[in-house]
Amino acid sequence: MNATARSDEHQALLKHFFDGKVLGLARAITVVENERAGFQELLHTVMASGPQTKRVGFTGPPGAGKSSLVAAVATEYRKLDEHLGVVAVDPTSPYSGGALLGDRIRMNDISTDPGIFIRSMATRGSLGGLAATTKEVVDLMDAFGFDRVLVETVGVGQTELEVTAAADTVVVVLVPESGDAIQAMKAGLMEIADVFVVNKADRPGAPRLVKELRQALHLRAGSALQDIPAHHGVDLGQAMKKERTTDAPAKEPEGWSVPVLTTNALTNEGVEKLLDTISEHRVWLEESGEIEQRRRARAAIRIRDVVDREMRRVAWKSDDVQRLLREGVEEISAGDGTPYSAADVILGTLLR
Amino acid sequence: MIASAFRDAGFEVVYTGLHQTPEMIVNAAVQEDVDVVAMSVLSGAHMTLFPRVKMLLDEADADHMLLTGGGIIPEDDVTELERQGVGRLFGPGTSTADAIAYVNEWFATTHAG
Ligand code: B12
Ligand SMILES: Nc1nc2c(ncn2[C@@H]2O[C@H](COP(=O)(O)OP(=O)(O)O)[C@@H](O)[C@H]2O)c(=O)[nH]1
Ligand SMILES: [Mg+2]
Repeated sequence: MNATARSDEHQALLKHFFDGKVLGLARAITVVENERAGFQELLHTVMASGPQTKRVGFTGPPGAGKSSLVAAVATEYRKLDEHLGVVAVDPTSPYSGGALLGDRIRMNDISTDPGIFIRSMATRGSLGGLAATTKEVVDLMDAFGFDRVLVETVGVGQTELEVTAAADTVVVVLVPESGDAIQAMKAGLMEIADVFVVNKADRPGAPRLVKELRQALHLRAGSALQDIPAHHGVDLGQAMKKERTTDAPAKEPEGWSVPVLTTNALTNEGVEKLLDTISEHRVWLEESGEIEQRRRARAAIRIRDVVDREMRRVAWKSDDVQRLLREGVEEISAGDGTPYSAADVILGTLLR
Repeated sequence: MIASAFRDAGFEVVYTGLHQTPEMIVNAAVQEDVDVVAMSVLSGAHMTLFPRVKMLLDEADADHMLLTGGGIIPEDDVTELERQGVGRLFGPGTSTADAIAYVNEWFATTHAG
């Protein structure tokens, strides 16, 4: 397809998008998800109005009931007449590159509600619990005008921390079967959780897990006082620390103490309370200025992402670099070089 | 079984579960912006379900999607449904490889260039 045809296609798509047609959003997501030519322009156009929507992330081990809980929460928000976007991520098979995206199965009750738009995404090799373009897809949903976007991560266990880059409020969903609070601590969940939910409260062991989590959170609160910015996870924490040293000393936000709730996603028990807590967190985010910090941190990540991606693309599409790559491989196999010497030559060419 | 066969062939399959109404199927297909809608109809209601999904897809401006599927569907019904614009349907004893080959071929011819 030539550039004019493509830009015509994107114009048509944008018209649908800004008219609020679901088809426009669905196709825009496909363009972005597949990083088709022109996807950055598209995002640039729709993101011009800045972040508006409330983003809530749900993470936790597979089978914890994230999808069921998202469905229950979405149903509750619909009663308040909120319009919702849902993004649910499932893993890509490393063997075939295919994926079985099953989160919709739990969302059947809400799947024909015109006030809810659900999109499934495959990780396509990206680690961290999200697909490479989940953040962008949330931005599209934001621009489309949803009051709130719910993001469900893939749930592979250890490395779910990227959800902080897509959400303002992170709900960590655990179940009695998923292990004890120590495991949650080791997995880094204490750092990213704004709210803990012990789901499947109908199962034995739920009260014990709640107690353990509360104890663990108290311990952390003791040691975290000097380290408040670390609240929001690894990279984001780093980025936020930077913000703090460069900005005029911001008023320290009143701390948010992470609540531990219980739910039963199948009977809706505790779901209303979860909604209340998410609202309280929202109020805290806004009153403390934390939302601004998080958005800045997110913006920094996004700029880096775009630069990284473009640099990689520009680098590897160059014929010179491809030639140097082949030469480097030859040198290494002849015993005349190392990956470092070859990379040096390539970098020399690129940065010249 | 069919869904995992497609996954193993490198497809991204949005699995919606059993007992979907045509409205649910079309809604999911549009939101997910899929290329292919594949239905398994074992209930004998294929003569109403396939045409209805086809009609709803057309109404939703999604007539570019391939509608295919399988189940226990007699030859005559297959012919009639194909006449109505439904894609190939696979009866009992189909190998999943055939169905995958069909979808790949469809994709190659409709998305060429
Ligand atoms: C398991 C089963 C069920 C399960 C279905 C689970 C599921 N949907 O996967 C449950 C318990 C839900 C069920 C319910 C019913 N069932 Co039932 N069920 C069966 C059974 C035992 C096996 C079917 C099966 O899954 N086979 C495995 C699949 C993979 O094989 P297959 O169906 O032959 O499919 C092949 C092709 O058709 C094709 N194919 C099928 N789907 C697709 C999809 C795509 C995309 C492609 C490309 C190809 C493809 O490829 C497959 C591989 O060769 C059959 C009996 C039998 N042995 O066939 C009865 C049978 C199909 N059921 C029957 C009936 C009547 C029903 C019910 C209507 C019963 C009722 N009154 O409620 C309901 C209908 C539910 C519904 N809405 O679909 C009858 C159908 C009779 C008819 N059509 O005239 C059968 C034949 C039993 C019988 N002899 O009475 N059933
Ligand atoms: N008993 C019980 N089962 C639940 C609850 N929530 C979810 N489930 C079940 O747990 C299984 C996994 O749920 P799912 O939402 O797919 O989990 P996910 O992998 O985290 O998205 C399903 O069989 C659900 O029906 C709950 O609160 N109580
Ligand atoms: Mg899920």
